[in-house]
Amino acid sequence: MFKIIKKKILAQSIKLMDVEAPEIAEKARPGQFIILRIDDIGERIPLTIADFDADKGIITIIFQEVGKSTRLLGELNEDDSILDFVGPLGCVSEIENFGTVVCIGGGVGVAPIYPIAKALYEEGNQVISIIGARSKDMLIWEDEMKKISTKLYVASDDGSIGIKGFVTDVLEDVLAQVKVDRVVAIGPAVMMSAVAKVTPKNLPLIVSLNSIMVDGTGMCGACRVEADGKTMFACVDGPEFDGHKVNWELVLQRSKMFINEEAMANERGGCKCQRQNAK
Amino acid sequence: MSTPKRKIIPNKHPMPHQEAGIRNKNFDEVALGYTEETAVAEAERCLQCKNNACMEGCPVNVDIPAFIKKITERDFEGAINTIKEKNSLPAICGRVCPQESQCEKFCTLGKKNEPVAIGRLERYAADWELARGVKIPQVPESNGKRVAIVGSGPSGLTAASSLAALGYQVAILEALHIPGGVLVYGIPEFRLPKAIVAEEIENISKMGVEIKCNHVVGKLSSVDELLENGYDAVYIGTGAGLPSFMNIPGENLNGVYSANEFLTRNNLMKAYRFPEYLTPIRVGERVAVIGGGNVAMDGARTALRLGAESHIIYRRSMEEMPARAEEIEHAREEGVVFNLLTSPIEFKGNEEGRVTSMICQRFELGEPDESGRRKPVAIEGSEFEMPVDTVVMSIGQGPNPLVQQTTPDLETNKWGNIVADEDGRTSKPGVFAGGDIVTGAATVILAMGAGKKAAAAIHEYLSND
Repeated sequence: MFKIIKKKILAQSIKLMDVEAPEIAEKARPGQFIILRIDDIGERIPLTIADFDADKGIITIIFQEVGKSTRLLGELNEDDSILDFVGPLGCVSEIENFGTVVCIGGGVGVAPIYPIAKALYEEGNQVISIIGARSKDMLIWEDEMKKISTKLYVASDDGSIGIKGFVTDVLEDVLAQVKVDRVVAIGPAVMMSAVAKVTPKNLPLIVSLNSIMVDGTGMCGACRVEADGKTMFACVDGPEFDGHKVNWELVLQRSKMFINEEAMANERGGCKCQRQNAK
Repeated sequence: MSTPKRKIIPNKHPMPHQEAGIRNKNFDEVALGYTEETAVAEAERCLQCKNNACMEGCPVNVDIPAFIKKITERDFEGAINTIKEKNSLPAICGRVCPQESQCEKFCTLGKKNEPVAIGRLERYAADWELARGVKIPQVPESNGKRVAIVGSGPSGLTAASSLAALGYQVAILEALHIPGGVLVYGIPEFRLPKAIVAEEIENISKMGVEIKCNHVVGKLSSVDELLENGYDAVYIGTGAGLPSFMNIPGENLNGVYSANEFLTRNNLMKAYRFPEYLTPIRVGERVAVIGGGNVAMDGARTALRLGAESHIIYRRSMEEMPARAEEIEHAREEGVVFNLLTSPIEFKGNEEGRVTSMICQRFELGEPDESGRRKPVAIEGSEFEMPVDTVVMSIGQGPNPLVQQTTPDLETNKWGNIVADEDGRTSKPGVFAGGDIVTGAATVILAMGAGKKAAAAIHEYLSND
């Protein structure tokens, strides 16, 4: 059993939990994910690690309640326990001094971009962060992101906070003004594919996919992704991929696999399309 | 007193089954097991011949004539104890071992008649004990040496129990949330009830074996870290867990599953009880399972039970089909449709990206290939379209690479299998491997045999320290 040490509501339906998992916390690196199962009847839910603290033995997860399983997770409180918590899974982010890196987080995708941006910042990069949400009340971790960014831009669809518009609008402005060496983007698939459209092909673009998974160890192939025309598994070959090479149409299609059964929807999704999927 | 010469009964006593038309709608066990009277009568068919040929066919060397004799004497406790001297998972083996190609293949009676139903008798003895409470074998005092077992499938469990019986402190590290490996994620409930698997594993843990679930070796710890952190040897039994696909157009459409995913959702996650259990599965009206092995039969029979019309699509003929005859027969009886000498070349989908049909090609058999089976040759112009709602790719599994990737000095072959000798010794001192990770996808009992041999090799290695 894995105890929930802290719970915090970050925005409407977006919750943070610090989970006691010392072995995993010691091993976790930016870009990796965990899989949890609340109880015996539960699904295995993959969530990208939002933060980790080896000293305190804590893994931080941030999730949006989009389907039944994430709603049940959201109902748990401090001192409650999660039955199964396994990780760290997936490959580690490439962290080195690239120069200037733009880190983009959309919706609940701000959570998984945070440890990557932080590691890049600590490595000496100029980190230009762009975070976005539908509206002010859906924006998470603005202060945390500010601390580990050389410059932080905020965008909202309705203009209730920051720039009115999409993260891609800000990205285009930044790319016009600054020489950027790398872009890392995490958010809903529609956002990441839009980022891929506006990022020049010669500028490295890393995205993190949160595909539907069962085991998360390369066994089932539910998380199939096509990158550079090759079928790969998000769980063991990713979750990070070259955003220029991902078949985005397939990512969107496969994310809707069980729409009619239950929303195993995008845990990072913040935009309207995904909330509708979840219903 | 001389025993009167018995008349030979030419055929096995039939195994009682759930009726095909009933069982294809539920997930309860298909084969119901012998009664005491049938078990004794079947045991009496054994000639108790002197050559013990059956034992040669058993990868773990169970003293088959001895346990059968005890059944004839109604000494069921003696029978199960005899089996358990060599086999720590008898209720599982009695259900899923391919006896026809092992012990029963060599049965002397079987030369002119049907062999003794050794598997059914093993199951009877094991179930007899499970119903009465299992006596846990005495384990010697700990010898202070620790062994880590990677993977809790049949091979790892067997290695663990063998080592525990020799006094080792054994920890099994399992990636999933329930131990059992293929016994829980792969083989369906209707062939192997999960309660039985849980019980046999519980008995192994009662021998002092520690089972740590949710521990992915290759991620949470590496083999080298295990060796640095107090384990004196490591056994790798990670199985054949990497699904193969055909690499044909449309294979990533929604509704095209690997057999591993389809079976894992149903068996491990109990999607057949959705929405009571929260993991979904969708089959639609018609399911095509591509392949002809035991896994394909499991997939096709699962699809039937989920309410679909279920088809096996296999590119050779019935004769070459690798699945057990019994599994094929059960699938047929239940209503699985066999489309032989047929293989898909493309999947087509609708605007939502969901599979709706497949283009198939017909084959004929040519010359034998390197496997000795006649090679399927495509018939030109034979393409036809078959509407499907779900496809299950069951064309084999490769080795899971997680352990090998993080253990650079562990030799692997060109397919990614770990290279090990007959006794499980790998290229890395103190590291042993066996089962499907070494041989490629095979059977439960062969994996168990490998676990047993490796346990002996580990014992030898650690005794010479």
